[in-house]
Amino acid sequence: MTRPAISQNRSRAAGDRREPGRRGYTLFSILLSLLSLSAVLLPVGAHAQDAASLLQKVRARLDQVNDYQAAGLMKTNVPFLKVPEAQVIVYFKKPDKLKIKNEKGISLVPKGAVTISLNNLLKGGYTTLDAGMDTAGGYKVKVIKLLPQDDAADLVLSTLYIDEARLLILKARTTTRENGTYEVEMRYGKYIAYALPDKVIFTFNTKSYKLPKGITFDYDDGSKKQEIPAGTKGKVELSYSSYIINKGVSDGVFQ
Amino acid sequence: MWKLLQIELFKIFKRPRTYIPFGAIAGMVLIIQLGLKFDGRSYLELMMSSLSDSFYIPYTMIMNGYLVAFIILNTLLIQVPLLVALVAGDTVAGEANMGTLRLLVTRPFSRTQLMLVKFAASVIYTVLLLVWMAILALFLSMLLFGTNDMLIARNNVMEQIQASDVLWRYVAAFGYATVALSTVAALAFLLSIFAENSIGPIVSTISIVIVLTILSEMRIPLYDNTVKPWLFTSHMLAWKGFFYSRSDGQGAAIPGTIENLPAILRSLGVLLAYIVAFVTAAIWVFKKKDILS
Repeated sequence: MTRPAISQNRSRAAGDRREPGRRGYTLFSILLSLLSLSAVLLPVGAHAQDAASLLQKVRARLDQVNDYQAAGLMKTNVPFLKVPEAQVIVYFKKPDKLKIKNEKGISLVPKGAVTISLNNLLKGGYTTLDAGMDTAGGYKVKVIKLLPQDDAADLVLSTLYIDEARLLILKARTTTRENGTYEVEMRYGKYIAYALPDKVIFTFNTKSYKLPKGITFDYDDGSKKQEIPAGTKGKVELSYSSYIINKGVSDGVFQ
Repeated sequence: MWKLLQIELFKIFKRPRTYIPFGAIAGMVLIIQLGLKFDGRSYLELMMSSLSDSFYIPYTMIMNGYLVAFIILNTLLIQVPLLVALVAGDTVAGEANMGTLRLLVTRPFSRTQLMLVKFAASVIYTVLLLVWMAILALFLSMLLFGTNDMLIARNNVMEQIQASDVLWRYVAAFGYATVALSTVAALAFLLSIFAENSIGPIVSTISIVIVLTILSEMRIPLYDNTVKPWLFTSHMLAWKGFFYSRSDGQGAAIPGTIENLPAILRSLGVLLAYIVAFVTAAIWVFKKKDILS
């Protein structure tokens, strides 16, 4: 009802120079444009709806875990770090508290490892985008991109690879403002009912490491040292052996 | 021989200068410990600056007794050879200076026996100096800073050793350091034969050690494969090799392993060869020496 009116108003503004036949053509072209635009936008809207509802379902699954304490083995594979495997305990408490502790020694935990907790990725307001289908860990997954609504957030973009059938996040790639891009891969087993992984593989960007020999006074054993290329990725694997779920975790653990 | 060794040890520990290195080591160790106790974090931040962007660094846990001992040894094992030279350079030249050398060789012992006993006394002194250093640098640090896993900053890699895997490495490192410092003692002992007072051999030993250490640490391709492998100072740092672990295929350190044991044994062989060469030369020269003082 209003569209022709707009069209007429615009025609008048143009000084009524066009012929009646020409006016009909303009009306038709606007309608056609609107229809085309709807054809493009409507499926995206529908997909976005799907993505949002899928994410809601995944979030609901994750929300059944209020806290956990998980025992696991941490393997660090960073080119310039020679670190033994460590028995660690991972503590989590809603909404976003996460701590990795080596009870018997020191563990160097990569920054961004907090994304090991998927609840952290899904907290706060964000816009979802459906990015189609892909495969992860041998499963067909839906790819959903999350754009945070907070302009000042450290997290710039997260891409989630979700197994729709099992409502599980199999992979997440997160780009941050300060610390580059992280990737978390999850493999599920015994604790699939709680959507808690048995194994987490965390990949992250590393900066180059070098100290002057005049400071370290290294022993030169005559062997040829392998140069570590700049920009090599680091990897941390966490294999969980057991979880204690929803039994309460003290806040003191996270300090 | 045992009686002769006792007499030699008595002579060494009768001299006040013998205790200067013990005092110097105590002073240096305490100064370093004090500095690290109050501002160890700054030191760690410097050493781990390139890691802190990518990792959460638990500085208070890292600054523990094992690391403090390693830092102290890293600093002192460059200076301790100079302290060893103070006593070893005095063994024969001191006697010549006091005019007791001629009297000494009239005793019913061969000159070879006399030389071997004097060198053995220098080695015992070196061992005692290292034991003193171990007590202060390792055990006192463990007491003051506690224990935990040990992180070592190398030129291109950071090593982590589990706390339960550290002590045997220190035992091996101190054992190796005994041989390394005995090499310096043997050099000072050899130079001591040629002098009539102890200043000459002490200063000469210190000068040789400083020059060769600089040469060992410089990265000059011309010397890297030709001269450096044969300098004893290049092998004196091999004690650190006991703190380098082997890694599995995925980059994880394997507890209880040594990265390159054959290289350490090769270095040990070079040092032992130097000791044998210096002591043999000292005995040979002393046997031919016309002792006038």
